[in-house]
Amino acid sequence: MDQKKTIPVKIKIQNDDFDVSKETKILQENQTGAIVSFVGVVRGFDEKINSVIESMTLEHYPGMTELEIKKIVKQSYERWDITGATVIHRIGKLLPTDQIVFVGVSSRHRQNAFDSCNFIMDWLKTKAPFWKVEENEHQKKWVDYNLSDDEATKKWSI
Amino acid sequence: MIIKYFSWIKEHIGKSEELIELPDNVKNISELINYLNNLNDNYKKVFVKKDLIKIAVNKTYCSVETKISNNDEIAFFPPVTGG
Repeated sequence: MDQKKTIPVKIKIQNDDFDVSKETKILQENQTGAIVSFVGVVRGFDEKINSVIESMTLEHYPGMTELEIKKIVKQSYERWDITGATVIHRIGKLLPTDQIVFVGVSSRHRQNAFDSCNFIMDWLKTKAPFWKVEENEHQKKWVDYNLSDDEATKKWSI
Repeated sequence: MIIKYFSWIKEHIGKSEELIELPDNVKNISELINYLNNLNDNYKKVFVKKDLIKIAVNKTYCSVETKISNNDEIAFFPPVTGG
């Protein structure tokens, strides 16, 4: 494998919303035959604590967040033959149905894009330093981490 | 040295960051935690939950054995919940 391989990578941490259609279009280029994207959205209900969510606020560790996402994306393009990757993660106060995160990956053939997008999302959930706090009229609660997110990364350690 | 705190750890300690002069006998993260625990009970209440605390030195994940110096940026935070 060519260790010097690089691809166009866009990583943004922002308060503003993103346009999925625009971001997907950016990933199209000459060699692209497939684009797979994931969009995370704020739920209006937390099943684990059986509680309505009126808003969610995301904080992060500026600098480290970008570094961790870069590492994950690099591992991904060293492992799969992909032609581009975009990760956009929102911070600040969000409401139910708001978009939180976009991960888009392009490749020549679909399987690489599917696997790479899944890989980036699994590792982002366990490594990128973001924290969510959920609020309703009764309480403000930091979201507990999910052990199943750690489990999800195990499938990639082959 | 700058120490940063995030999420509920920041709230328990009552600040998002602080500057400290590292004592000569503090050489690694484990010793730094002992030092902070002796400052006041807020730190003790946080660091007693050691299994729920992630550590970074200069924005890279590390362990309690990692060596540190006065020029380092240390961060303590809970397991991440983004995405």
